[in-house]
Amino acid sequence: MTKTKIDPLKRVENDMKKCVKCGACRANCPAFSAFQREPAAARGKVALAQHVMKGTITLDDGTYAAMSKCLLCGSCVDKCPNQVPTDEIVIAAREALTQRRGLTTFHQAVGQVIKNRKLMHLGALAARVLGPLFFRKVPATSGLRLRFPMPFLGGSRHIPKIAAKSFISSHPEVVEGEPGKPRIVFFVGCMTNFVYTEIGESTLALFKHLGCTVIIPKDQQCCGLPGMSGGDLETVRSLAEKNLLALEQHRPDYVMTACATCGGALHRLYPLVIGKRNPELKERLQALADKTVDAAVLLQKLGLDPELTGGGESLRVTYHDPCHHRTAGVVKQPRTLLQGTSGIDLVEMEGADRCCGLGGTFNVYHYESSLKINEGKSAAIRATGADAVVTGCPGCIMQLSDGLKQAGDDTRVLHTVELLARNLRR
Amino acid sequence: MLDARILQKLTQIVGAENIATGAQDMLCYGYDATQMEFLPECVLHPDGADQVSRILTLANQEGFPVFPRGAGSGFTGGALPKGGGVVLVTTRMNRILRIDTDNLVAEVEPGVVTEAFQIEVEKLGLFYPPDPASLKFSTLGGNVAECAGGPRAVKYGVTKDFVMGLEVVLPTGQVIRTGGETVKGVVGYDLTKLLCGSEGTLGVITKIIFRLLPYPEAKKTMLAVFDSIDGAARAVSTIIKGKIIPTTLEFLDHATLICVERRFNLGIPKEGRAVLLIEVDGDRDLIEKQAGKIHTLIEPLGLVQFRVAKDAAESEELWRVRRLVSPSLRDVNPDKFNEDIVVPRSRVPDVIRRIELIQSRYDIPIVNFGHAGDGNIHVNIMIDKSLPGQLEKAHEAIKEVFQAALDLGGTMSGEHGVGLAKQPFIPMELSADQVAAMRAIKTALDPKNILNPGKVLPVVG
Repeated sequence: MTKTKIDPLKRVENDMKKCVKCGACRANCPAFSAFQREPAAARGKVALAQHVMKGTITLDDGTYAAMSKCLLCGSCVDKCPNQVPTDEIVIAAREALTQRRGLTTFHQAVGQVIKNRKLMHLGALAARVLGPLFFRKVPATSGLRLRFPMPFLGGSRHIPKIAAKSFISSHPEVVEGEPGKPRIVFFVGCMTNFVYTEIGESTLALFKHLGCTVIIPKDQQCCGLPGMSGGDLETVRSLAEKNLLALEQHRPDYVMTACATCGGALHRLYPLVIGKRNPELKERLQALADKTVDAAVLLQKLGLDPELTGGGESLRVTYHDPCHHRTAGVVKQPRTLLQGTSGIDLVEMEGADRCCGLGGTFNVYHYESSLKINEGKSAAIRATGADAVVTGCPGCIMQLSDGLKQAGDDTRVLHTVELLARNLRR
Repeated sequence: MLDARILQKLTQIVGAENIATGAQDMLCYGYDATQMEFLPECVLHPDGADQVSRILTLANQEGFPVFPRGAGSGFTGGALPKGGGVVLVTTRMNRILRIDTDNLVAEVEPGVVTEAFQIEVEKLGLFYPPDPASLKFSTLGGNVAECAGGPRAVKYGVTKDFVMGLEVVLPTGQVIRTGGETVKGVVGYDLTKLLCGSEGTLGVITKIIFRLLPYPEAKKTMLAVFDSIDGAARAVSTIIKGKIIPTTLEFLDHATLICVERRFNLGIPKEGRAVLLIEVDGDRDLIEKQAGKIHTLIEPLGLVQFRVAKDAAESEELWRVRRLVSPSLRDVNPDKFNEDIVVPRSRVPDVIRRIELIQSRYDIPIVNFGHAGDGNIHVNIMIDKSLPGQLEKAHEAIKEVFQAALDLGGTMSGEHGVGLAKQPFIPMELSADQVAAMRAIKTALDPKNILNPGKVLPVVG
C-alpha cells in the first residue's frame, strides 16, 4: 500500500486525536443502537481510522464493513463533549477505502447516474414504467436492480412512484416575480424532481405568492450526497463544480432548497470536499454555501403568513427533524410556521430529532438495520395519534413512508411546504 | 493462548453471531475512557447467567482470563484486557425485568443503560437517584461494579446504597444470589456490598435488584457566585450546618470559570472566584422555604451573584455552566488526567489550597470542579503529552494530590475506582494487612485468577 492511499485520512488526523473514547457517542448513534456492537459506534470508527493511519490494520473488508455502518447523520458530533467530527472522519475513511478498493458495483452505478442528468431521466422513466413490477420481484441483492438505479431508492421495498413528468421539465427556467422582490434560485434535488413533484409545486407556489422571482436552472445536477455515502468524492467534486456553474450565473439573492440533504450538501459539504489546493473554487463554493437557505427558513424570513396560505381543514400533525436540518440549526422555523397555521395542531413525538435510518445509501447495504432504526420512529409517530407526520426532507419522507407502510400504518407523510401551500393549490 | 478448539467451544456457548475475533473488533474492545489500549483475542456477547457460567467454567479448565465489560466508559481501565484473553460484554443482557410499585424495587439485567432505567421508573412516579456523568451511555452493571456516584450523592448516596441483591456468576462458574428484596436481612455475610465496587474481579453480575424512591414533587436550582474559594467552601458547610441537605452541591473553581467563560460567555461576574450550583428537591412548599434559607445563610460569605431558576428551562440554563466544563478544558491543554479525590467536606478549602501549591510547584495547570457537597473533587491535571517531561511531571503531581487527600482524612478515589490506573498508588492508602485481607478474598473466590486479573490489588512480584 502506498502512502497516498491514506491521504484523505491525513486531512482529519488532528480531528481524530480529539476523541478520548469516553463513549458518549453510544447514546446518540442510531447505527450503534441498531447493531449494538462497538465498531458501529462513532468512537469505534475513529479508533479504526487511527489504526489504519498507524498501519495496525489495512483498508480491508473488516474496515470497509465498519465504516459502512454510519448514516453520516451527525448526531454523534452534536452531542460529543469534544466535538469530534466523526462524520468527516468516516467520509475520509470511505474515500480512502474507495481509492484503495475501487467503488462497489452499486456505487459505480450510482456515480454514473448522478453525474448524468440525461441518464437519470432515462433511469427515472424506465423505473416508472417497470419499477412497480420490477423492484418488488427482484431480490435486493440482485445486480439487475442496477439497470435502473435511483439514488436513495435501492433496496427499499416500498418504492415510491416516479412522476410522469419531472418537476424541472414542467416549468420555464425563470418564473418572473414582482420588481424589487428577491431573486431566488431553486435547487430542486432528485427526489423532488423525479418523485415528489408536489413538494416542488408547493414550494414554487409559496414563493410566487410572496412575489419572488424563482429561477429553476435547467442544468442543475444531483447534489452528490448518494456518491458521498459511498466514498465517491470525485463524483461529488465534479457535481459541486457543475452545480456551482449552474446556480451562480443567475446572481441570486438566495439559493433555496426544500430538501434538507441537498441543503446540507450545498451548505456544508461542498466547501469541505474541495481541498485547499483550489482556493479560488473553494471561495466560490463558500459564497454559494453562504447564500444557501432552506425553504421553511426563507419563508419565515420573508414574512410568509402561514394562516393565509395554509389555514383550513383541521389536521393533527407531528414533526420529524431531518438530520441535515438538525445539524444546520433548522429546528424551530418549520415548527413556528406550522403552529401559525389554523387547523394544524402540532404535537411533539418522542425523539423527533432521531435519525429515520435512511442515511444516504446506508439503507441499501444495511436494509434491516435501517428498518430497525425506523421502527422506533414509526412507534413514536403512532404514539402521538397524529394524522400526518411532517418533515423537511424528501429522503426522510421516503423512509418514514416505508416504515409506516411496513407496519400497516396509514399515517400520511408530508413536507412542510405541502401544508403551508394548502390554500394556494386548491 | 486461545486455540481453535477453545474458540469453537466458546462459539457453541454464545452462538456464532455473538463471538468476534476479527482485527477490527479486537481494536474496538481494547479501549475505554482512560485512552489506554490492550487488545483481547476474542470478544463474547453472552446472554444470561447460564452462558456466563459456562464461559467461566471453561476459563477455569483451560486457564484463559476473562474481562467483564459494560459500555467501556470507565476512567481507570477496569474493563481493559491487559495481557490478552476474552472480553465478556454484558450489553446483550439489557432487559428491565420488573418494576414493583408495591415494594419499590426493580430487577434489571446488567446491560441496561442507566438513563433508560431512570426513564422507565420515572414513568411510574419512582426515582433511581444515582446519576454518574456517563448515565446516558454507561450500564447499570458497570455502575454497580464500579460503585458509581454522581452529583445527587450528597443527599441520596451512591450506587451501592440502592443495590439490595444480585445474581452473580462466581469466577469458578457457580451462579449465586446475594441479598434479596427485603429492607432488612442479616443472614450470612453481606456479599452484595462486597461485590459493589469490586470492579469485576469477584464475579460477573447477571441480575440486579434495586431499591427505588418516590419521585420528588419538585426541584429548585440555584447558582451562587463567590468572591473567594474560601467563601464557596464555607458556604457548603454552612448550608449543611443549617440543617439543609441539598440534592446537589456542585463546585467550580476559578481556573474552571476562566475556561468556561472564555469559551461560552455565560455572564459570570468578573470578581467571581468560585461558583456553587445548588439544587434542592422535595415538596414544592418546602423547597421554596429551603431556597430562601440557603440565600440568607450564604449571603455574608462574599456572595457576588445569586440566581434562582424559575422553571425547568432556566434550571437547564444554570446546569449548562457545569455541563460546559468538560468541553472547555481542552483549551487549557490537549491531554488531561481526571482524578476524583474525596475529603471530608469541611476540608475542601484545605485540599484546594494544597492543590494550588502543587500546581505552582510543578508549573502545570490543574483545574478543579465537582461534587463539593460530599467532598468529592475532580482534579484535572492538564498537560500536553507531546512535550517532553510533561507526562512524568503529571505523574508526580498526581501522587502529591493523592497524598494531600489522604493527609486530610480522605481517599484517592470516590467514584472511578482503581482499575489499572490507580494500582501503583494503592500502598499509599491501604496497609499491607488490608491488601492481604482483600487478596485472601480474591484467592478464595477465584483460585485460578481468571476473572479480570491484574486489576485493583497491586500485582505481586
